[in-house]
This record gives sequence, structure tokens and C-alpha cells, in this order.
Amino acid sequence: MTDVGRIQAAPSAPVVARPRIQIVPLRGLPIVAAVVVFVIASIAGNWLWALTFCHVVGGALWTAIDLFVGLIVGPILGRLSVPARAEFAARFMPKMVLLMPTLVLMTLAAGFQLALREGNLAPGNPNHAWLVASFCVVGVMAVIALGVLEPANIAVLFEMRKTQPDGTVIAQLMRRFVYTAGITGVMQVATLIIMTRVATQ
Amino acid sequence: MSSELAAMTGAPAATRRFPPVAELGIGSLALVVIGGILMASYVPRRPPLGVPLALAAVSAALLLAAVFLLSRLDQFAWPRFFVVFRWALLAYVISAGVIGFAFIYDHTRGAPLALVIVMLVIFALDVPLIIAFTAARYSSPPHSAD
Repeated sequence: MTDVGRIQAAPSAPVVARPRIQIVPLRGLPIVAAVVVFVIASIAGNWLWALTFCHVVGGALWTAIDLFVGLIVGPILGRLSVPARAEFAARFMPKMVLLMPTLVLMTLAAGFQLALREGNLAPGNPNHAWLVASFCVVGVMAVIALGVLEPANIAVLFEMRKTQPDGTVIAQLMRRFVYTAGITGVMQVATLIIMTRVATQ
Repeated sequence: MSSELAAMTGAPAATRRFPPVAELGIGSLALVVIGGILMASYVPRRPPLGVPLALAAVSAALLLAAVFLLSRLDQFAWPRFFVVFRWALLAYVISAGVIGFAFIYDHTRGAPLALVIVMLVIFALDVPLIIAFTAARYSSPPHSAD
């Protein structure tokens, strides 16, 4: 994954050393499989601690990573040189391909089961409306993540694997992250408000 | 559409125009997500099926329209599309399977379960289609080994 070849970062950029990209880091797959098995076992066993663990840990990481990358890493990345940006993206984005879908699955599946187990989805429960609001927030984030960002992420990685990556294509695809960062940020803050309300009602 | 694409074979990848396959896929995904939210908001009660059924039907129609437009492309990196589609399909079938398992485990049965399964099938096809199309559209036709 990290064997370095000398390839061009963009048509107009000088030749720079850059890591060879593996789009899906295969070494991470057993960890993903273990997490999925753990989530399924937690649901099947209706195991309170495990469900809470999956939901809280998954949700905290998902929200924190989303906000940190969108608000801190993204703007810094935008000010780096093209080769530096390319090198960072080549190492960072393959990890996100595995990490984010796993965290999302872990958070949502465990959260739904936890809400049912605790009776929070029952019509008369004061948390019902908050949880439906959280479904809507998650729905918006899911459409953006799965329909806009994940495809752009994969396409950028394929472009960067080429012997002569097209800088215009990469810039065009990366713009999607900038345009959606605001929406994702607002949705994540809404999630924090909703979840802290649910936990304290 | 095909002749339009053929005429643009020499255009740079960033400016090459394609039919709105990804847009239709995103529309289909959005509708199925809304339908899923409606269904989930009624659990553990039996949800009314009219609106989710209509959403699933329109979502399926959009997905079919995307597949139809995609099938008419001749200047397209099909090998790359199928490689990405295959692996993404595997990933999202697992995701959809976990969601389906949660509904079955929580005693969703009969028509609501059938509708949830239809929505999950659309979801599991939508996402790989969008990912594979986006990855393949920027590959130079005919597909190279890059």
C-alpha cells in the first residue's frame, strides 16, 4: 500500500513521489467484519451494554470525525500545495472508505434497537418525536454521504491511481466535499442536540 | 445520447457529458430513505403502507430509468464500472442485510416486511450504481489499465 512510485500529481504539477493507492485497505476488512458481527450479536441478544456501547462509541466517532474533518482538516488541506494535498488524500481517503460506513452501520443499527428496547419509539413516549427528528437528520446525512461523497471519494482514488491523474477531475470531485461540509456540519450539531435531549428527558 | 457521447470521446474527462444516471440514482435513494423513515417511525406498530408504497414505486421507477440510460452508453468504462459495482454491491448487501435483520428481529411481518425488503433491495442497488457510475465516468473510454 505504501510502495512509492514517482508519478505526476496533476498535468501542470511537477513530478512528485506519491504512495501507490489501495482503494480499499484489505487489512482493515477483518476489523470491519468483527464490528458487524458484534453489532448483529448485540441486536440478536438485545444486550443493553453492547447496544449502548455500539451506539455511543460509533455515534461519537462519526460525529467527531465528520466535524473535525469538515471544519478543521478540510480548510487546512485547502491551503496546502497540490502535491501535499495529493499525498495526504492518498493515505487518508482509503481509510475513510472503510471507517465511515462501518461507524454509520454500527451507530444506526444499535441505536434503532436500543430505542425499541427502551420503549423510546412508543407513540406516547416523550422521546418519540425527537427520535423521528433524528431519523430525518440521519436520512439527509445518508443521502449526502452515500449519494454524493462516497462516490466522489472512490472516483478520486481511482483518478489518483492513474499514471497521469487529471487535476481538473480531482478538483471537480473534491468540490463536493466543500459544498456539503456546511450541511453535514449543521446535521451533526442537530444530532448532538437531539441525542442529548433524548438522554435527559 | 450515444452519438452525443461518441462525438465527445476526445473531450477531457471533467467536461465530458453523461446522462443523469447519478442524479436519478440519488433521487431514488432519497425516496427510499424517506420511505424507510416513515416505516421506522411507526415501529413497533403496523405502519400505514400507502405513502411508503408510493415512494418505493417512484424510487424503483427512477432506478430503472437510471439503468436504462446507463445501458445505452457505448463510450463508457464498463470493466471499471462492473468491478466497482460488484464490490460495492457486496458491501451494501451486507448493510441492507443488517437493517433487514433488525426489522425481522423486531417482529415486522407480512406486507410491511415485504415493503421493507423491496426498499432495502432498491437501496442495495442504488448506492453501488451511483458509486460505480461516478468512478467509471471519469475513466477514459475505452477503459485503460490505469
